[in-house]
Amino acid sequence: MKTDIILCGVGGQGILSIATVIGEAATAAGLQLKQAEVHGMSQRGGDVQSDLRLSTEEIHSDLIPRGHADLIISMEPMEALRYIPFLGPDGAIVTSSKPFVNIPNYPAEDAVMAELEALPHVLKYDIESLAREAGNPKGANMVLLGMAARYMGVFKPEQLRAAIGSIFAAKGDAIVEANCKCFDLGYELEQ
Amino acid sequence: MKKLLLGDEAIALGAIYAGLSGVYAYPGTPSTEITEFIQKDPLARERGIRSRWCTNEKTAMEAALGMSYAGKRALVCMKHVGMNVCADAFVNSAITGVNGGLVVLAADDPSMHSSQNEQDSRFYGKFAMIPIFEPSTQQEAYEMMGEAFDLSEKMGVPVLFRVVTRLAHSRAAVEIGEPQEQNGFNPATGKGWVLLPGIARKQYISLIEKQPAMAAAAEESAHNALKGGAAPLGVIACGIAYNYVCEAGAQNVLKVSQYPLPEKKIKELAARSQSILVVEDGQPVVEQDIKAILGAGYKVEGRLTGNLPRTGELNPDNVAAALGAATGQGFPPAKNLAARPPQLCPGCGHRDVYTALNKVAAEYPGARVFGDIGCYTLGALPPFQTLSSCVDMGASITMAKGAADAGLFPAIAIIGDSTFTHSGMTGLLDAVNDHSNITVIISDNLTTAMTGGQDSAGTSKFEAICRGLGVEPEHLHVVNPIAPNMAAITELIRKEIEYNGVSVIIPRRECMQTLRRHSKK
Repeated sequence: MKTDIILCGVGGQGILSIATVIGEAATAAGLQLKQAEVHGMSQRGGDVQSDLRLSTEEIHSDLIPRGHADLIISMEPMEALRYIPFLGPDGAIVTSSKPFVNIPNYPAEDAVMAELEALPHVLKYDIESLAREAGNPKGANMVLLGMAARYMGVFKPEQLRAAIGSIFAAKGDAIVEANCKCFDLGYELEQ
Repeated sequence: MKKLLLGDEAIALGAIYAGLSGVYAYPGTPSTEITEFIQKDPLARERGIRSRWCTNEKTAMEAALGMSYAGKRALVCMKHVGMNVCADAFVNSAITGVNGGLVVLAADDPSMHSSQNEQDSRFYGKFAMIPIFEPSTQQEAYEMMGEAFDLSEKMGVPVLFRVVTRLAHSRAAVEIGEPQEQNGFNPATGKGWVLLPGIARKQYISLIEKQPAMAAAAEESAHNALKGGAAPLGVIACGIAYNYVCEAGAQNVLKVSQYPLPEKKIKELAARSQSILVVEDGQPVVEQDIKAILGAGYKVEGRLTGNLPRTGELNPDNVAAALGAATGQGFPPAKNLAARPPQLCPGCGHRDVYTALNKVAAEYPGARVFGDIGCYTLGALPPFQTLSSCVDMGASITMAKGAADAGLFPAIAIIGDSTFTHSGMTGLLDAVNDHSNITVIISDNLTTAMTGGQDSAGTSKFEAICRGLGVEPEHLHVVNPIAPNMAAITELIRKEIEYNGVSVIIPRRECMQTLRRHSKK
């Protein structure tokens, strides 16, 4: 069994913390993992992306082949669209619905939403507002991870929850709880 | 014990566990995380492994050679273009030979994710006539580091360790062994290190005489392995290419991870195949070389024949296509999509500097601003579009000087603090000696920002350096680029452009990224 995930967003949005939690869960579950990241220049407000491959079998390529991703997890709606050539026919997109506009030629928001909605399995919510309402404005990425949990065949949600516990343990129980709350909130959202 | 490590981190841990005594490096994507890992690693700290950032790759290479001279194991790390900077020391270190093990790590960047070119460091290894290691996986990177140090000491030459971005910056679980002891202090003796022509000729012959042993080591290496069995198409897969070849399910493969090329194994593959496809990331180094091994009559394909793209990095899709394997379709590219290039951070001091520079430059129709390597290179893009050039570390000052020599006015150079100490100082001395009519802006954000905020070698020394190089005190200014000062700074730039000679203006304000990190602490 395998789950190939493309994580994406804009530099500084915190996609790598999502990757860290999934990586921890994969290690604890004894899964194989490869995760290609982008460092350097593109982290300055540009588009960022990470290929995360999980499997019970040996993984060869660090990069996901075209049309093979099971899931796109995106902190930004247009960034989710950027990687659809890598999405498999039954693949899902889990994304923030709120555009991050730091370029002059950002396409019309309606058109971005319409193009997203035309794809087969798309789950999008305003994760920042949800996190704020939950009293943890920094937890938007954990809301997104919660939304994505149902699409990760290799994990049970409890395994991801436990990984949040170990990753944030050093920051204290309050932070762990706040992040788990955001994760649960995302998991319970209507599909 | 298993650890989840980036390729860079696996390399670092492999070096520490191989008894490393010092790492010497200048930050450069995708190599930076190696030195950063060693700086933080508990065992490295306990052992006092030397790990501060160096001023540039040449000083790093020479210091590492000095540590090797004293009998200890040393590692030099850089991005591929750093090899150009240290090339003099690197090539000659093969002639002197080594005492303690010396590994030179070059992280290549095919597709130029964060670089100016995609040169292939394996050419440098061939050029210096030393062994090259090129791991395929994080596990192999960890293990090969120890083997590289052993081979370096056994052969008495440095070993080049070549990785690419996709290995350097990809994470996987790595099985960790036990750390070995560091070498004792044991300085070299003899005259072989004094490369006077008469001695260098003997040393060069000795390097030539070591070649068969290096070839035999590669031939026997477990990292160079024939996989699968006879088939019409044989595949040579170098380094990371092996992963893509396996992903596509190729069955008749020679994996190459150690050079010089294993000729016997290549001939064996050729004998059980009708043609060979060479899959290598970077430039077609092996594709060219195996023609000499197999002869012109044998069909060899790869990047030169167009079976794989001539430029850009390998990926599972272009490798599958070259192998005739099935490739996935995915959805057609989205229509509502715009490029999102990187940009200077909100509040960054470079922004204020460019705003002022643009204002003044607009007053002179002939004005050109020569740029350099760092975050501020983004000043070439909208909204600023200030820069006319960006070539290599330090070239802003020297290109401005050359253009001024040819009559260009005003010739302005903009260079960052870390880039200035890396390679700008010598060019400034040339300009001072020639009394060139240039205006140099050293945009000082107190860090090496582009690569993530490493210490900058010249911090707090720039005024003294410029004065020492002969910049006249009345044409050397330090300013704080914040809003209330910008009118005065703009006027200062105007005034110094009008001065017929070398002027240096140092706008100094901390990088927003390091400021945020410091204020969190």
